[in-house]
Amino acid sequence: MTTPPKSSTAPPGSGVPTLPAVPPQPASPAPPGPAPAPEPVPARRTAFAEGADRLRAAATTEPGRLRVIGALLALLVVAFGAVAAWQMTDRASAADDVLNSSQPLSSDAAEIYASLADANTAAASGYLAGPQEKPSVRQRYQRDIDTAAAKLVTAAASSKAGSRSARTIAELNKLLPAYQGLVETARANNRQGYPVGGAYLRAANETMQHQMLPKAEALYQRENQRLNSDYADAKAFPWAAVCLGVAALAALGWSQRRNYLRTNRVLNHGLVTASAASVVVLLWLVVGHTVARAGLNDSYDHGVRSLNVLHDARIASLTARSDENLSLIRRGADTTLVDDKPKDTYAVGYDTQIAKLAGSLTKAGSLADDAAGRKPVKDADSFMRAWKDRHAVAQKQNDQGDYRQARDKVIGVGKDPTSVCFDNVDAALQTALGHENREFRQAASGGRDALDGLPYGAAVLAVLGAAGAVLGIGRRLSEYR
Amino acid sequence: MNARSLTRRLRAGLRGWGGVSAMAVVCALALAFVLLLPRTQPGGAAAADAGQGLAHGVQAKADEKCTDGRPPQDHSLSPSGTSATQENVDAIKTRGRLVVGVDTNSYRWGYLNPNNANGALEGFDIDLAHRIARDLLGDADKVAFKAIPTSRRIDAIDDGEVDMVVRTMTITCDRLDQVDFSAPYFKTGQQVLAPKNSTITGYNATLAGKKVCSAATSTALDNLKADKGHKIPASTDIGTVVPNQLDCLVKLQLGEVDAVVTDGALAASQAAQDPTVELKGGLFTDEYYGVAMKKGSEDLVRQVNRTLANYIKDGGWADSYKTWLHPTIDQDNKKSPSATPPEATYR
Repeated sequence: MTTPPKSSTAPPGSGVPTLPAVPPQPASPAPPGPAPAPEPVPARRTAFAEGADRLRAAATTEPGRLRVIGALLALLVVAFGAVAAWQMTDRASAADDVLNSSQPLSSDAAEIYASLADANTAAASGYLAGPQEKPSVRQRYQRDIDTAAAKLVTAAASSKAGSRSARTIAELNKLLPAYQGLVETARANNRQGYPVGGAYLRAANETMQHQMLPKAEALYQRENQRLNSDYADAKAFPWAAVCLGVAALAALGWSQRRNYLRTNRVLNHGLVTASAASVVVLLWLVVGHTVARAGLNDSYDHGVRSLNVLHDARIASLTARSDENLSLIRRGADTTLVDDKPKDTYAVGYDTQIAKLAGSLTKAGSLADDAAGRKPVKDADSFMRAWKDRHAVAQKQNDQGDYRQARDKVIGVGKDPTSVCFDNVDAALQTALGHENREFRQAASGGRDALDGLPYGAAVLAVLGAAGAVLGIGRRLSEYR
Repeated sequence: MNARSLTRRLRAGLRGWGGVSAMAVVCALALAFVLLLPRTQPGGAAAADAGQGLAHGVQAKADEKCTDGRPPQDHSLSPSGTSATQENVDAIKTRGRLVVGVDTNSYRWGYLNPNNANGALEGFDIDLAHRIARDLLGDADKVAFKAIPTSRRIDAIDDGEVDMVVRTMTITCDRLDQVDFSAPYFKTGQQVLAPKNSTITGYNATLAGKKVCSAATSTALDNLKADKGHKIPASTDIGTVVPNQLDCLVKLQLGEVDAVVTDGALAASQAAQDPTVELKGGLFTDEYYGVAMKKGSEDLVRQVNRTLANYIKDGGWADSYKTWLHPTIDQDNKKSPSATPPEATYR
């Protein structure tokens, strides 16, 4: 509780403690006169200049020269080892990120996209079937929503707060329950027999196709960019280390030749050890990285690229299926102009998506590098053809006014249903995705393993080499004592 | 107590007089119209039938008049006339099946009820199509229904995909250039739909500052654009345009708009799907639905007009209206202008 300030008879300002008046200060004492001049001492020179002088003085004698050479050799070999270890640690960790972080995250993002598209397809299928909806379709919808929600949480945890990915995830988290609300309202209206249910399902489909899926796509693209940059980091050739290695070897060779010319001795154990260690590190570096690169290239060509194409195929098949259902749900309420003629939006959409699916499958077939990878793609292709044929029959039935037969064919209670074809295409694509994912992991982990131990090995060998160089030079030096 | 009952009696008395004087005005108007417009009366309509006379008065005042000076709905052929050929009717008889373009999403008009186990369509338009098939082929079920999008109604007729379109299609002068219409079978007009507890009372000043939804390329949207700042306040937000009138109901239910403007017939179909919304105010334009057929198919037009005349006379029309439309169109037991079948005036 606040009390109003009491009226006070005290002179104004009495409540405020006043600062004691500051007595006038005497002027601050004048600064003492100019400081006494420092005693003249000979100007100190920098340690570097002194060292250079000393070095120049030493270089005039052979032991001095040997000392300088030994130091430089040791320095070169250690630098080579250090740079090699540093560059390979970078590449190994980038390769590890490809395998264990960016690719799984990119897969997660693809999974979010696929579950959302799958949920939309299941919602449309369930709606069209109405009272004949199979429990499995309902469960599929529920499972997809659960997966998408769970993966969104994972993605949120691995994205930086305030980043674009985090914002996209937040927007998706907001849209998901709104989408579910539209789907449930559509179902409730349909159960009562109200056609406004179809309009709700359309609103849900629009929310999914025009808001949620593009956001999920952006998320996927961003994760994919991260994957690509990890790939680039892991595959970059370690030029600095290789150049230093060549320089160290050249220096070692030169000093051994100098030694030979001066002493007629062919072998200096220390210098030979240093050279051998440097050669081993250099070879290990070049061969190890080339093998890793090959593995990563393989994982990209036969893993990531195949996975991307198969994801595209899966999305096309899911969209084709939801369009097939929506065409029978909206029954001509939405039209698009094709060559200035109004056509049913979803019939046109189905044709477009099936063509996309066919294209992706052809590409996936040519990317698959073994029989186990080709088989599911081939299966998917033949199921897709059957689907197209059956869809054409259903479309014709619908065009002829035989709506019920067309619907039964699509929801899977009639003869030669299209639902079975879609399920088969989806199952085959899942198999292909699983296979390519295994291929990817195998190749990528092979590549990453080629870099195993390289950083430590390079460091240890470089220390050994440096020690060898120092000892070798030391042995020559001892002859002057 | 006494005073109140006295006022009530007085008011009742006044209301009685009001009713009588209104009746007198109506009779006078009817008489005037009967005298002034004798050619619109198909002969010998009694002046005593004031309601019918008034209906014709409104019809004559309809907004649109075609180049020949006649309203669009008065252009169909008489059922009693003879056509040069019978080829169109014969073609359908040979095929043994009448193909009709319909809507399958208009509740109570042409609708596929998911709970109908046999998958049959239902509604006012569907009843009419069955009746046409019965008169033409002797069997009400010899009819194939094809779902036709609003934007493809005329193309579907032109391309020969359907014999006729029975699909809440308004007779307009523009369309008369492309297809032939039957006599009008339903009178409607644009109407406002809003939640029951809304302050909106109709197509008027109460729309101030409200968001109104309409379908793209619809008469409703044209009217809204033309009337903004005149009949309805300039502050009315008419920016919400959706592909199909039913999408407006979604927006209304989600609270994204305050009102919907569409054909009264379709507004009624929306109201039938949601007990918390209702039609507000009367019809603010006059429109008539007709059966559309290929241009020049005289024999078929006369055949359909014969069916319509009989359908109205034998009470089939009234039965269908009662089943599908009466509950939402006639509010508070007040008869809507739509409740009476429109009188045909042939060319």
